[in-house]
Amino acid sequence: MTASADAPTVATARKPATGFWRRALRHRSFVLGGLLSLLVIGAALLSLVWTPWSPYDIDVASKLKPPTAAHWLGTDVLGRDIASLLLVGARSTIAVGIIAVGIGLTFGVCLGLLAAARKGWTEELIMRMSDFTFAFPAVLSAIMLAAVAGPGMLTSITAIGIFQIPTFVRVTRGSASAIWAREFVLAARASGKGTFLITIEHVLPNILSILIVQATIQFALAILAEAGLSYLGLGTQPPQPSWGRMLNDAQTLLFQSPMLAVYPGAAIAVAVLGLNLLGDGLRDLLDPRLARER
Amino acid sequence: MATSSNAPLIEVQNLGVRLNTSRGPAQAVRGVSLALKRGETLGLVGESGCGKSVTALALMGLLPDSAVLTGSIKLDGRELIGLTDGEYCKLRGNRISMIFQEPMTALNPMHTIGRQVAEPLRRHTGCSAADARREAIALLDRVGLPDAAKRVDAYPHQFSGGQRQRVTIAMALACQPDVLIADEPTTALDVTIQGQILDLIADLVEERGMSMILISHDLGVIAENVQRMMVMYGGTVVENGETDKVFSRMGHPYTQGLFRARPKLGARKGTRLKTIAGTVPELADLPSGCTFADRCPLVEDRCRAAPPPVIDVGGGHGVRCVRTDVSMAAAVGAPA
Repeated sequence: MTASADAPTVATARKPATGFWRRALRHRSFVLGGLLSLLVIGAALLSLVWTPWSPYDIDVASKLKPPTAAHWLGTDVLGRDIASLLLVGARSTIAVGIIAVGIGLTFGVCLGLLAAARKGWTEELIMRMSDFTFAFPAVLSAIMLAAVAGPGMLTSITAIGIFQIPTFVRVTRGSASAIWAREFVLAARASGKGTFLITIEHVLPNILSILIVQATIQFALAILAEAGLSYLGLGTQPPQPSWGRMLNDAQTLLFQSPMLAVYPGAAIAVAVLGLNLLGDGLRDLLDPRLARER
Repeated sequence: MATSSNAPLIEVQNLGVRLNTSRGPAQAVRGVSLALKRGETLGLVGESGCGKSVTALALMGLLPDSAVLTGSIKLDGRELIGLTDGEYCKLRGNRISMIFQEPMTALNPMHTIGRQVAEPLRRHTGCSAADARREAIALLDRVGLPDAAKRVDAYPHQFSGGQRQRVTIAMALACQPDVLIADEPTTALDVTIQGQILDLIADLVEERGMSMILISHDLGVIAENVQRMMVMYGGTVVENGETDKVFSRMGHPYTQGLFRARPKLGARKGTRLKTIAGTVPELADLPSGCTFADRCPLVEDRCRAAPPPVIDVGGGHGVRCVRTDVSMAAAVGAPA
């Protein structure tokens, strides 16, 4: 009974929020993932103001050079500076990853939540539509889009994004349906909450960790899909560097200069790994049950 | 709110619920009627699958859309069957609330308990966040959560089962509902905690003048906590009446079977528990006569022919059995 007497004096500041960054900085994979992601973002930002060489300068005389003081990572088959290509390529990687996953995540999660909440024919319609989209490979939808809008980075990003929607729809619907069957949702309904509020306040927070992990996987897939589309001439157009196309260009020279494939490959690996670790960390930090053990 | 004390607060007439299961339509509840005045308590007893929880969910309007309801449910004279979901949302948690069986899963693991208790308040009364929080702390304190003011920002996993059930009770009571439905509130708890939680619920019901429907499969819980009781079997009420009357002289062979099946202290070692032979009938495939006929020791041909009527055996004690003359001669019960 004494507790209620001093209740009004309790500070309204919420403890978990203030502790978030303190916990985040102690979370190893979050910090490592954050650093790697910052490295990629930093490279993209740096390329806007400075690159060692212009990535568009072709110098066939000094093609396929090993690393030197002038060309830190050597040159490619057209004599372009690989370090500069990587720096500028980070831009398109980020653009593809973030925008395509953004499209997939936004539409996919909304549709998936709607399907899980409404059930019945709404669910059927959404799921059959996503099956339909799934039936078209990303490449095919990109070709169709390119035929309408013309090839380019934006076309490929849109195509990849659309292709990612059904994946997110399925993951969201599956995990959201499981949450809808939980007793706390019934309890929330018993306390008078409507479908929309339950979706936002109960379902979404509980499937967030699954979505974060899925998003990091999809990010990696988007980068690789962009590489594939560029290879077909549907993605980033030739002078514009992209890690994916560098990787594909290196394919033909794999035995002569294997390092050509290693650099963009390593760059993609760093971006994907960084994001995966970041996603893992974020998942742990957002889950109150896991948070306390760190 | 301004009802005369004689009019029932909640009145259910001839409620029927048909659920669409994977095995086809199942008549989960048949002809259930009940009436509760303000401050009255009613117990629903029966085995799993007898329709207790479905009745409760029907009162809350929480059955799936595919369920077909017939009959009438009136709260303060207002018909609830056929209300839109939006209208029901205004009643749920506000005038009629529910406590669930499993406190471990009835709370959202992602939100603090304070937020979960404060939410119904904010939605139904429209008070400020600070007021709701203060009220939530007071409620948590009232339901006996130690150090409520400090622990209001803790998450459900940081509490024990008994404490969580106290939190769900606080949640259900936040808006001072008129009717509280407690669906097996202590089944998942230790026996020692059970008593405390039931005492708490009883105190709160009395203090706030609520009506309560307590659902349990435990005759002991029912005997100690409610004024009137209904025994359900196969979706129908087989026996109902004042708790004292029913317990002093049980009329239905099923109630008697439940009573005999309870474990007893002081029984000789090696004594087997009594059981009721057979299992609960499939709701999708109920017999045409008495639902209990297949397991009944007193069954006759006429039991299988048609559903038996309710026979009043005195003082509002009704038994849905045509053989009460035989069954009640056995004088099963615990005379006061």
